Amino acid sequence: MIKLGAVYVLAGLVFAAFAVLSALDRNNGKRFGNAAFWALVSTSFLAGDILGDLGNGVLVLGLAAIAGFGLLGRGQPATTSPDERRLLAERFGEKLFVPALTLPVVVAFGVLVLKPLEFGGQPLLDPKQATLLSLALAAVIAVGVGLILLRQPVMSPLQEGRRLMDTVGWAALLPQMLAALGAVFALAGVGDLIGQLVTDWIPMDARLTAVAVYCLGMAGFTIIMGNAFAAFPVMTAGIGLPILIKQFGGDPAVVCSIGMLSGFCGTLMTPLAANFNLVPAALLELPDRYAVIKAQIPTALPLLIANLVLMYVLAF
Amino acid sequence: MLTLLGVAAVVVGFAVRLNPLLVVVIAAFVTGLAAGLSPVDVLKAFGKAFNENRFVSAAYLVLPVIGVVERAGLQERARALIAKFRGVSVGPFLIGYLAFRQITSALGLTSIAGHAQSIRPMVAPMAEGAVEARTGPLDDDTRQRTRAMASATDNIGLFFGEDIFIAIGSILLMVGFLASSGITMDPIHLSLWAIPTAIVAFVLHAARLVLFDRRIRRSSAP
Repeated sequence: MIKLGAVYVLAGLVFAAFAVLSALDRNNGKRFGNAAFWALVSTSFLAGDILGDLGNGVLVLGLAAIAGFGLLGRGQPATTSPDERRLLAERFGEKLFVPALTLPVVVAFGVLVLKPLEFGGQPLLDPKQATLLSLALAAVIAVGVGLILLRQPVMSPLQEGRRLMDTVGWAALLPQMLAALGAVFALAGVGDLIGQLVTDWIPMDARLTAVAVYCLGMAGFTIIMGNAFAAFPVMTAGIGLPILIKQFGGDPAVVCSIGMLSGFCGTLMTPLAANFNLVPAALLELPDRYAVIKAQIPTALPLLIANLVLMYVLAF
Repeated sequence: MLTLLGVAAVVVGFAVRLNPLLVVVIAAFVTGLAAGLSPVDVLKAFGKAFNENRFVSAAYLVLPVIGVVERAGLQERARALIAKFRGVSVGPFLIGYLAFRQITSALGLTSIAGHAQSIRPMVAPMAEGAVEARTGPLDDDTRQRTRAMASATDNIGLFFGEDIFIAIGSILLMVGFLASSGITMDPIHLSLWAIPTAIVAFVLHAARLVLFDRRIRRSSAP
């Protein structure tokens, strides 16, 4: 069975290459900062399981220190100029889409065809991780397709990958860091405490109030925690289950489903959902870190109200 | 009550735009110490959770191929391709992408698109190209708003499509939670009740895209 460990080894090697190429990049005044940062990420992927909890903690401190003290620059690997790209675009034509579209095709193949495959009773791919395994496989195949079809230099995947990785910069590690923060919050009981505050202080004798508190609470809590998955158990144990389902007799499927989707409205509005909101802003080279969130709020807010109405109408 | 100081640290840190990685580490220590853990225990808990969540960062493996196709001119090609279809304006184009993203996510194919693998190399340049084809070269502000809208459309399509698929993480979480509370729930019911919100999300965001299109055209009309 192919497990996530294989993906980690691949990622570790790729980040190691980014680190070495960063160190050699004389055009980047902070090249050793970048090299150290990506080397730490590489170490985490390759050796995270043998570093121990404290070792990983120190590694994270190193990442935060490099980013926090502004030691990360932006590598300038030699690449094609805008004019060259326009010429290449004309020469290659629609062929250029093939490597990029190889990604979704292979991912879909992995999820739909490889995932159900079994050899001697053992699944080929770890079923829990089939999507990520498929994505890694797709990335490797697509690189091969790109190199051959577009006749690009052998080093270009690593150099161009490093260029994009430096574009994202420290924001790349933020989603993983926030997930770890969520674990510390859980350990300290932050979620339960907030849930308790909400239920203790807001009277919910009316059905509409209870629905409103649950939906808005899911969104608000998700904004604070960055993740609807963290908000769901707390809000549902505090309000959804005892009040909406047991006291008012709401349909559990409607309450839970629309409750979760109310949380997703919160996800659209918080910088703590970094992989959806901050990483894209970095990837698209937007000077305003919060530009994507600002584009989402006018959809998220009315949708949240709509969820509230839908739950009130459909659950009872 | 003191444990909520960590949440406050996050809010303040992000509001004053301190480096978010530092904010997160500080918030972890504030929370842990307030809950009575020793600094070493906080560091251990944080390190352990960081290691367990490495899969979050493994998705950057798609960047090398995206870089290669950009080097060979994909963004330029995407921009030129959309300009050939003079009838396609940015609003309908992004509405089409929204529908594609919602439907494929509802079928469980959440990872076939995304910010790194589709928005940056193809969808954002095409959206920019669709605007350019009508109004001429873009100013920085319009370009950035168009890009941000492309990313927003991806998120909205993903979020309000994926919950219709019965084996997605959030549905499994709900089933597990209900089971531990003594309620047996068939995941299909949870996913069916995600459909009304999905429809409203599509209508709302599509309406916004139409308005966005109109506003851009009006603001750049000669």
